[in-house]
Formats: sequence, structure tokens, C-alpha cells
Amino acid sequence: MKSLFLSTALLLAAPAAFACGTFTVGDLTIEHAWSKATIGADRPAVFYVEITNGGSTDDALIGITTPAATMPMLHETVVTDGIASMPHAMSIPVPVGETVALSPGAYHGMLMGLATALKEGDRFPVTLTFENAGDVTVDADVLSLRAEGPDCSDAGQ
Amino acid sequence: MRLRNLQIILWTAAIVATVAFFALRWSSAGMQDVADAAFSPSFSLADSEGTQRTSEEFRGKFLLVFFGFTNCPDVCPTTLSEVAQVMDDLGPDAAKVQPIFVSIDPVRDRRLGLREYTEAFHPAILGLAGTDADTEAAAESFKIYFAREADAAVADGYTMSHSPGLFLIGPDGVWLRQFAYGTPAAEILSDLRSRF
Repeated sequence: MKSLFLSTALLLAAPAAFACGTFTVGDLTIEHAWSKATIGADRPAVFYVEITNGGSTDDALIGITTPAATMPMLHETVVTDGIASMPHAMSIPVPVGETVALSPGAYHGMLMGLATALKEGDRFPVTLTFENAGDVTVDADVLSLRAEGPDCSDAGQ
Repeated sequence: MRLRNLQIILWTAAIVATVAFFALRWSSAGMQDVADAAFSPSFSLADSEGTQRTSEEFRGKFLLVFFGFTNCPDVCPTTLSEVAQVMDDLGPDAAKVQPIFVSIDPVRDRRLGLREYTEAFHPAILGLAGTDADTEAAAESFKIYFAREADAAVADGYTMSHSPGLFLIGPDGVWLRQFAYGTPAAEILSDLRSRF
């Protein structure tokens, strides 16, 4: 009986699985929006997400905004000749039929000027601006500092 | 005529200097390949308490050394997370390995708090933030590159570019290998285990 209660509770909790929500704008599907816990509020947080273009025109992510940070920017980690640098990404292409991931070691949002430290389990809205599709606001879930990405049962769907 | 002689002398000197420069570079690069086994990079840097720590005091342990900065949202946390995972997975063997994070942005990192940063990843990680001169000396000794890049759009107006590799130093202080950025923790772990 106890285990039944437990599994029911887990089932009820399942829709809240972290960073596993799906959002759409036009022909774009946005999934796996997540961030990592920060150490204090003085260091930048990070924002990762996956965007799939199911339409017939190329698009591009051209900006992000969030109430969680005053200076959100798009960056790309580039390792050239053994040197890592983080140039700004003015625009992240989202070509037709492809999924573009902002992920560790690649494109990422850098959230500077945090209002408060991000704690594991927090959730905050991020508005993505696309060249063609326009704006869409998604929920980003804060995973642990050491997380490598969200663990969604529907991952890869 | 006198001017012509001077020109010849200067040109000769310039050519000799150029040849000597490349010869030296070539021979030192060649020697380094041969002498890789004896390459013992060193450091002497202050920890978060201000105590000077040197590479010599860690003889007897494997060192996992990473250069980075705490204001870095993507590369540094990823590598430190992997190091933390390795330390967890080593279990009792963790005592044989000392992970070290060397700040290449020491002034700001001391201000932001070095210890709370490294401890958030793993309490075993030792954070070092020396003077600029000590930091440059350590980077030179490890043959790593770092630079401060002006960037008006980011906090404090600059960011850092750097070599993101993780360096493994043996218990005798000799350089063993580099793990490239993004090497999975499991691979680092099995490499370490093969050396115990």
C-alpha cells in the first residue's frame, strides 16, 4: 500500500520532470531548456536548450532575455589550436530539418548580472528571439552544478 | 662605400640571428620530444588562505592540474565537474590524487571567492590564485597559454581565453599526459587506475 502511494506520488510528480517541457513557436520546437546551479550571484549562469526546425525556412536564434539576469548573451565555446575562447554568437543558425543544441562545450547562453544565485530545483523563464519565428518564452530548470544535461524519459523523441 | 659595408654587416647579422633563432627553436622542440619523460612542470602559488603552495609538496601523489577562471560559465565548470566525478569514482584511491585548479584570473577570483567555488564542485579540489608573476611562471612551466581579452559587453569588461586541457603529473613530479577538453570522466578514471 505504501509503495502504491509512493508510485502514485511519483506519477503525479512526473510531469514536473526537470527540463523536459516542450515549447513551440511557428515551426520551431524548443526542448530541454536547462541551467546549472551557480555559486553565488556574482558569477554568470549558463543556459542550454535544444531547438528543432520542422518548417521549410531556415531560422536563427538572435537573442535571449530573462528576468533572472540583466545581461544575457549568446556565446560559443570555440577551441582553436588548443585555446578555448568564448566569442559572442550574434546569431545561432537553426536550419530546416535540423536540431541545434546549446550544450556544454558549444553554443550556450551566458547569463550575467544574476538577480539571485540559482539553486538546483529553481525554474525561471527565458524568452528566445528568432529571426523569423519571433519570440517564445520557455521554462529553464536549474540542475545541479555537476549536471551534464536533463534526464528526460522522452529524450530523443 | 662605408655605408655599403655597414649594410652588409647588418644584413649578415640579421640573417645569422634569424637562422640562430630557428635553429634554437627547432633544437629545443626536438629535445623536448626526446626529453618529454623528464618534463617536470612546477608552480608556486597562493591558496585561498594566502599560503604559498608548491608543486614539490605534492610529491607522492598524482596531480590533476587545470588552469581556468571562476567567471567562466561553460568550459571550466564542465572540466571541474568531470574532475569531481573522477574523485568520487576513485573511492579509496582518491587519496592518491590531488586535483588542482589554477586561476588565470587571480585577482578577480580571489574577490569572488576561490574556495567556495572549488568546494562546490568537490572538497578535494585545491584552488590556487597566485600573484600575476607567479601565475605567469606556472603557465610558462606547464607550457599553457592564457590571455585576457577586452570585451566591453561582459562583466568587468574582459574575459579570458586559455588552454582548457587537464594535465596529469606523476608522483615524481614528471608530466605524464594531457586530457583534452571534454574527455569523459570514465576515461580519466581508467587512465588513472591503470597507473596505480
